[in-house]
Amino acid sequence: MNNGSRKTIKILCFAVIGMFTFSFALIPLYNVFCEVTGLNGKIELRATNDSNIEIDNGRDISVQFVSHNNEEMPWVFKPSEDIINIKTGKYHTATFYVKNTTNTKMTAQAIPSVAPSNAAPHLKKLECFCFEQQELAPGEEALLPIRLIFDDGLPSTIKNVVLSYTIFDVTDYNDVELSQHHSDDHHDGHEMEPSL
Amino acid sequence: MSAVIESHNHDDHHHGPAKGLTRWLYTTNHKDIGTLYLWFSFAMFLIGGAMALVIRAELFQPGMQIVEPEFYNQMLTLHGLVMVFGAVMPAFVGLANWLVPMMVGAPDMALPRMNNLSFWILPFAFFVLLSSLFMEGGAPNFGWTFYAPLSTTYAPPSVTFFIFSIHIMGASSIMGSINVIVTIMNMRAPGMTLMKMPLFVWSWLITAYLLIAVMPVLAGAVTMMLMDIHFGTSFFNAAGGGDPVLFQHIFWFFGHPEVYIMILPAFGITSHIIETFSRKQLFGHTSMVWAMTSIAILSFVVWAHHMFTVGMPLAAELFFMWATMLIAVPTGVKVFNWVATMFKGSITYETPMLFAIAFVVLFTIGGFSGLMLAITPADFQYHDTYFVVAHFHYVLVPGSIFAIMAAVYFWIPKWTGNMYDERLGKLHFWLSFVGVNVTFFPQHWIGLAGMPRRYPDYALQFADWNMISSIGAFLFGASQILFLFIVLKTIMGGKKATSKVWEGSRGLEWTLESPPPYHTFTTPPKVD
Amino acid sequence: MLKKITTNFNSIFFFALTALLSSNIKAAWDGLNMTEGVTAISKEIFDLHMLIYWICVVIGLIVFSIMFYSMYAYTKKKNPNPSTFHEDTKLELAWTVVPFLILVFMAIPASNTLTKIYDDVEGDINIQVVGYQWKWQYKYLEDNINFFSNLATDWDEINNKTPKGEFYLQEVDEAVVIPVGKKVRFLITANDVIHSWWMPDFAIKQDAIPGFINSAWTVVDKPGIFRGKCTELCGKNHGFMPVVVKVVPQEEYDAWVQDKREEAFKMAELTEKNWTLEELNKRGEDAYLKNCVACHQVNGQGIPGIFAALAGSDTALNNRAKHIEILMEGVQGTAMQSFANQLSEVDMAAVITYTRQAWGNAENGDGEIVVPKDIVEYKKPKV
Repeated sequence: MNNGSRKTIKILCFAVIGMFTFSFALIPLYNVFCEVTGLNGKIELRATNDSNIEIDNGRDISVQFVSHNNEEMPWVFKPSEDIINIKTGKYHTATFYVKNTTNTKMTAQAIPSVAPSNAAPHLKKLECFCFEQQELAPGEEALLPIRLIFDDGLPSTIKNVVLSYTIFDVTDYNDVELSQHHSDDHHDGHEMEPSL
Repeated sequence: MSAVIESHNHDDHHHGPAKGLTRWLYTTNHKDIGTLYLWFSFAMFLIGGAMALVIRAELFQPGMQIVEPEFYNQMLTLHGLVMVFGAVMPAFVGLANWLVPMMVGAPDMALPRMNNLSFWILPFAFFVLLSSLFMEGGAPNFGWTFYAPLSTTYAPPSVTFFIFSIHIMGASSIMGSINVIVTIMNMRAPGMTLMKMPLFVWSWLITAYLLIAVMPVLAGAVTMMLMDIHFGTSFFNAAGGGDPVLFQHIFWFFGHPEVYIMILPAFGITSHIIETFSRKQLFGHTSMVWAMTSIAILSFVVWAHHMFTVGMPLAAELFFMWATMLIAVPTGVKVFNWVATMFKGSITYETPMLFAIAFVVLFTIGGFSGLMLAITPADFQYHDTYFVVAHFHYVLVPGSIFAIMAAVYFWIPKWTGNMYDERLGKLHFWLSFVGVNVTFFPQHWIGLAGMPRRYPDYALQFADWNMISSIGAFLFGASQILFLFIVLKTIMGGKKATSKVWEGSRGLEWTLESPPPYHTFTTPPKVD
Repeated sequence: MLKKITTNFNSIFFFALTALLSSNIKAAWDGLNMTEGVTAISKEIFDLHMLIYWICVVIGLIVFSIMFYSMYAYTKKKNPNPSTFHEDTKLELAWTVVPFLILVFMAIPASNTLTKIYDDVEGDINIQVVGYQWKWQYKYLEDNINFFSNLATDWDEINNKTPKGEFYLQEVDEAVVIPVGKKVRFLITANDVIHSWWMPDFAIKQDAIPGFINSAWTVVDKPGIFRGKCTELCGKNHGFMPVVVKVVPQEEYDAWVQDKREEAFKMAELTEKNWTLEELNKRGEDAYLKNCVACHQVNGQGIPGIFAALAGSDTALNNRAKHIEILMEGVQGTAMQSFANQLSEVDMAAVITYTRQAWGNAENGDGEIVVPKDIVEYKKPKV
């Protein structure tokens, strides 16, 4: 085999490895791209550190809260107020009511989503129950706070924003031992086995 | 090899092919391996076709008559996977194996033993995939595009085997592509500059680079799936901070170049055939190369046109709309060049030419529906309907598949030394032509009228055209049995073929005997 | 004289025939073509579709005519000495630039329409649409109305046991109702896998993605009943979860909202009352046919290996408590969802009772029943 061939083979092998790595790198790359272009439909899952965000003469907007329990996660989960009227450039606190109605300890993760999606980069939160997983003992209830602000950059055509939270049951992701909720043998007859 | 051995006449050291079945198991000869790939792809084509007939049989009338919806979803998934990864891609690799070394004046592919491995892992991969039909929970049922979380959290247990077989198929393609690129870049006969290379070789050079770039991304996507399913990660799971839409971005970053991988060699084949049967040098050779290159480069920046309804921001949707529309320009250039080749040519209509002409016309129709799909607001009404199914079947069946059939008819006299039966070939063409149009043209209407894809049953207003489409499908399917017969008949005997075979043929492969010796161009030919 | 009559008759006849044929052609054409829809946006999209279509037809005709002409005029017989030209830079430049300009011409109206669609400000009415395997849930955010929308077509029709109705696979038990002329915003998400909500007559299609919301808006110009579909493969019954939207005049809409509020009160009464076994069985059978039969089948046998049999199952015969738990919690890792949010307490109790009684289960097992108050009790916090 001539040297040219060997060199080509080497380069191509590196290319293959490089592209495989690239596919995994797409995850942080997407985040960077979204940040740089401002084309971000996703909401930050951590507290903002922007200290100059508050202004005095913001405009009126309304924010509607929507909740959903993924896969019929059994907790009670609903906003304390369905709709609030606030001003841009000012922090506002809202709460969601949660209650674990089962007889086992469970952990939930709330995931936010906003419509219209171009409002997302302008939504900042100082505090949000979506930043961490929430653990509730059997029967425990809580009022979970969000301290949010829509910055001044919110496009002027947007007068109403819908902020939705979906809660997911993430108990399994955390517990080493299967919680009692899942350990009973629910397999009656011939059901599909889970893939794990 | 030491200089001492090289001084003798090379033919002394090359025996014919080994005897017996193990010849096929151990061969490192590009002609043998090409034959293996072609037969494998034909078998997969018939299997994938049978699955299509199960689908069309169920859709013959409204109501569920033949299969349960669960099984129907397995059929549509496997049909797609088998056709894409088992029929179209291996067929083109088979053609590359047979033709590229001969066309560039090389004695074989650059890495003959890796070539053997690239082939033999394929039957293994498909055995794994197809055996999933018999596993508990059934075969994969989430579409050949396997979106998460349907393909992760909600998948049957066979999904793990599916991932395994995709990894193997990807490895096969990657190894094959390395072989093709090294062969083309490093083993051309002296005097054959890149621009003197035939267009089929060019099309495969570009295709091989695309494969190197995107098959590893597919591997990444299925690895992430594997990790989500078995190792508790959350790439595609919102609960863990992931995103189901991320899957679609990664998949289609592979998926869009993939469809160009499935058509570029067809472009190369068409150029050879139209030139030969018009007895006129191909119009615009240089621009054909530039067109294929532009198509390949553009293919990397249009992936999200498969995702227009996913909720992307306006700027992204506009970008992907414009970039997608742009691909029409180099594609149009190619079509114009083929027509200009025929114009004022001296045309005869042997079977390869019939298939090539049908390719140009019907692929263009598929291209037009593709342009319509590129228009984002209109796509809101087309997406995930039979309009899309009609589009991609037009570019793949009377597109890629017709080009493969054309190639077989065109080169089989070279490979076997026997002419195929021209009357039977023409019959196969006309039956396939009618079959393919009766099957897929009405699907444009069904889609526009509102029938979604991947539906096992439909509302009554879609009944008539579904019935007609199903009839066309059975006609097309039956015609391929005729094709099998023709191929077998040709191998077993027929009018003897000359070296040139066709009056208008050009290229190094036509300087060799028909059939060519087991080892060819052991001494590189002179190229002017 | 006779000639005049005949000529006139002929013209009238042909005129009538043409009119009939064209109206039939138009009807056939309409059946083959995208709908114009009932909103300003849907009409714009239809016009865009037709514009691109005709441009493609014209280009196709030009290119194919040259090709077919060549195929006819330049056969070997007619033209034994082929030309030798194989390039022409000016021509190639032209047929690169001109298509590019045509594309720009297409892109302008397309971009305008898309920008209009994305101009999503508030709606007069906001409806959260949630895709489930395999039904839709609608929550009217302002009026606190919440209901599920299931396929209403009988599985007997699907399985070819009874003739198919006019709206086969396009009917639901409870349609979305919206008023004419008001801006309605749909906030679309999913409960499990990705679904997609498509209303062709409104030209709305947005994927329903678990954990995220997509929004789409519409203003419908005229009343009527409009039917849509799920357009993202979501599992077994992807083809069996249609969408129906009833657009009504404002007063009718207001009345409907009132009715839904009263329904909630009525349901509370039904939950409190004392139910007989016969009443529970009847109501339970209805609920079973609507919600359970797709997987567990009419005969309760399920599909071996995939969906559990209820007839003769240990739970249905001997384990009332577990039976309630399965329906209220679902079964993790299987396709059996929790139905706690989808069935009222009345329907929940009824369907459990029915499945404990049907197919000989009452005779072979403990035959224990469940009443609505039992479900209310189950829902109370367990601590």
